[in-house]
Amino acid sequence: MINQEELKHTVSVLVDNEPGVLARVIGLISGRGYNIDSLTVAEVDAEKHISRITIVAPGSEETVNKMISQLERLVPVKKAVNVTYEKRGIEREMALIKIVSTGEKRVESMRLSEVFRAKVIDTTHDSFVFELNGSPRKIDAFIDLMKPLGLSEVSRTGVVAIARGTEKM
Amino acid sequence: MVNMQLTGAQMVLKAFEDQQVDTIFGYPGGAVLPIYDELAKDKDSNKPIRHFLVRHEQGAAHAAEGYARSSGKVGVLLVTSGPGVTNAVTGLTDAMMDSIPLVCISGQVPTHLIGTDAFQECDAVGITRPCTKHNWLVKDINDLSRILHEAFYVASNGRPGPVLVDIPKDIQFQTGTYIGPDTVKHKSYRPKLKANIDKIDEALQLIVNAEKPIFYTGGGVINSGNAAVQLLREFVRLTGFPITSTLQGLGAFPGDDNQFVGMLGMHGTYEANMAMNKCDLMINIGARFDDRITGKIDEFSPNSKKIHVDIDPSSINKVISVDVGLAGDVAHVLEDAIKLWKSKVYKVNKSSVKDWWKQIDKWRKTDSLHFEEDNDTIKPQYAIQRLYELTKDSDAFITTEVGQHQMWAAQHYKFNKPNRWITSGSLGTMGFGLPAAIGAQVAHPDKLVIDIAGEASILMCMQEMSTALQHKLPVKVFIINNQYMGMVRQWQELLHDKRYSHSYTDALPDFVKLAEAYGAKGIRVEKPKDLDQSIKEMIKYDGPVIFDCVVDQNENVFPMIPSGKAHNEMLLGNETQKEEISDEGKALL
Repeated sequence: MINQEELKHTVSVLVDNEPGVLARVIGLISGRGYNIDSLTVAEVDAEKHISRITIVAPGSEETVNKMISQLERLVPVKKAVNVTYEKRGIEREMALIKIVSTGEKRVESMRLSEVFRAKVIDTTHDSFVFELNGSPRKIDAFIDLMKPLGLSEVSRTGVVAIARGTEKM
Repeated sequence: MVNMQLTGAQMVLKAFEDQQVDTIFGYPGGAVLPIYDELAKDKDSNKPIRHFLVRHEQGAAHAAEGYARSSGKVGVLLVTSGPGVTNAVTGLTDAMMDSIPLVCISGQVPTHLIGTDAFQECDAVGITRPCTKHNWLVKDINDLSRILHEAFYVASNGRPGPVLVDIPKDIQFQTGTYIGPDTVKHKSYRPKLKANIDKIDEALQLIVNAEKPIFYTGGGVINSGNAAVQLLREFVRLTGFPITSTLQGLGAFPGDDNQFVGMLGMHGTYEANMAMNKCDLMINIGARFDDRITGKIDEFSPNSKKIHVDIDPSSINKVISVDVGLAGDVAHVLEDAIKLWKSKVYKVNKSSVKDWWKQIDKWRKTDSLHFEEDNDTIKPQYAIQRLYELTKDSDAFITTEVGQHQMWAAQHYKFNKPNRWITSGSLGTMGFGLPAAIGAQVAHPDKLVIDIAGEASILMCMQEMSTALQHKLPVKVFIINNQYMGMVRQWQELLHDKRYSHSYTDALPDFVKLAEAYGAKGIRVEKPKDLDQSIKEMIKYDGPVIFDCVVDQNENVFPMIPSGKAHNEMLLGNETQKEEISDEGKALL
């Protein structure tokens, strides 16, 4: 299904928060041969029981448009929109990053974390856990820089996204 | 009336009544006994629900499909947990793929046993999630009536499809508040019926300017209902354009009308496929560019503008990119289109269309459905033609199994009305025809219902003969018997150097004796000269008949677009096959 020009698209999906809705969305995506890079989900309106799912999927514009049409076919899906950063969206992600090192490497990781405005949320004499917020690209860059400095483990939330300006989904 | 206290099992029957359901197909079992108990009590009510006991839950699903397809109503089936549900899965998938509205009520083990691998437990909503339009597991008695009404709403609105409501046994026993359908509104599902009027006008402009146009219509017209069928006929006659139809759309436009150029696709007529290939405007109404229709995608109708009307927005631009996509219900879109056409006094390009018809008439002369008749052996096409001639005035309902006989029936039986042709198109389910015929007969007790079958397919749901006898449903099973899984054999002949791997059926039953064993009538015919007389005998017999029509074993379905080929590369007969089919083509279905 995936075209040569593999862009990443961020799709926001508003769904009725009912049993099995996540399974329906994931089942449709895998059943129709689309791929997912990341997926986040949480209820965003407790009164109306509406959840927001954010999917990052690789593929051409056409492929992702088809995926959006298929998602909108699902009965509990209210709306699906492509909110990719390049278009009109803002994307944020959080990561917890564990560095195990001593000496010069340890100092360097600490210095770089300040450049990225990462927070130290746990430390021992030979480890840090950084909390970092930002665009997925910023997190990618930080992780790359940490690789030679004792990068041990990464946990990422996956992307959440929202449209810019007054526009509402 | 509103807010009455009922048990879960009573709610199911009350919801049936409120949804105007008077007919269900089903099979009892441990987890649905409370509902069956209510059915027993309901027998003495002034409008009892008719329950048709099938012999296998697959049969219940196909019978409900036959009932729905032939009547335009929602088909309802009732099955037990575990194997009851898994047996129904084939029928649910079939209904999903062919957009047939079904409501399947399944029993489930009691709530406290769910997830413990209890006896006859299965994850019914998990198993049926991809093969239903939507499904529900009811966990609270006070949700049950709302869910039941939503189920009927979802099944029949938008693109129709099957839904499943899984009800644990303890919920069936519990008492709760029943609410009527009027107070239930689905919170989010609102399919769009009307298309954008400017887009419709854009489509009409293309129609006005077309020189080589063709209507390509599908099952969506039939699903949209009788109004859609009448509007389609009006619009097609208004334009004078040729019209072709998919397998599922047959009957929407009269099959014996001169504007109808026959079915298109893999086994469609030469003129229909050539017209699709060479047209400059394709008007797709309620069809979905299925792979049996398009053949090779890159060479599909290369020089045409395309209009696509479909109630399912995800069908538009899914396989083939179109110039004007109209997401909406066929009847609503056609109504707006005709109004606009008349108010703007649009005219078609008559002289160009006349030349186009000349070209089509030339293609027609190929007579692509021609076959050589034989005095000694019955040609399968001849059998269908005789069946058509002898039944065409009795407004018969025809169902089929899947394979060669199905294609011959589609080619040689002419349908002039919608809902008369009931076949498993997308899923291609062997075993569909007999239970579907039972469903159609239930919906139309006084009509002639014939399952055109193959001897291999019929054995897949043969047990439903017993259902037909028990419920006095005089369905006729017309078996085109060539002792082969004919379509498999045809592909082996064309693609696998005639290595007929396991496509020959040895040890077939004696169908006449089998009919008699069930208490039905059996007829066997082997010679063309006896055919008419025997068909008349079958029609006249007041009860189920199995008609064993012994035909030529070597006949193939032509024309045929081989795998991986384009519309203009059809095979017209055995002798026309010159070039090898590529490995890429062989890998396709």
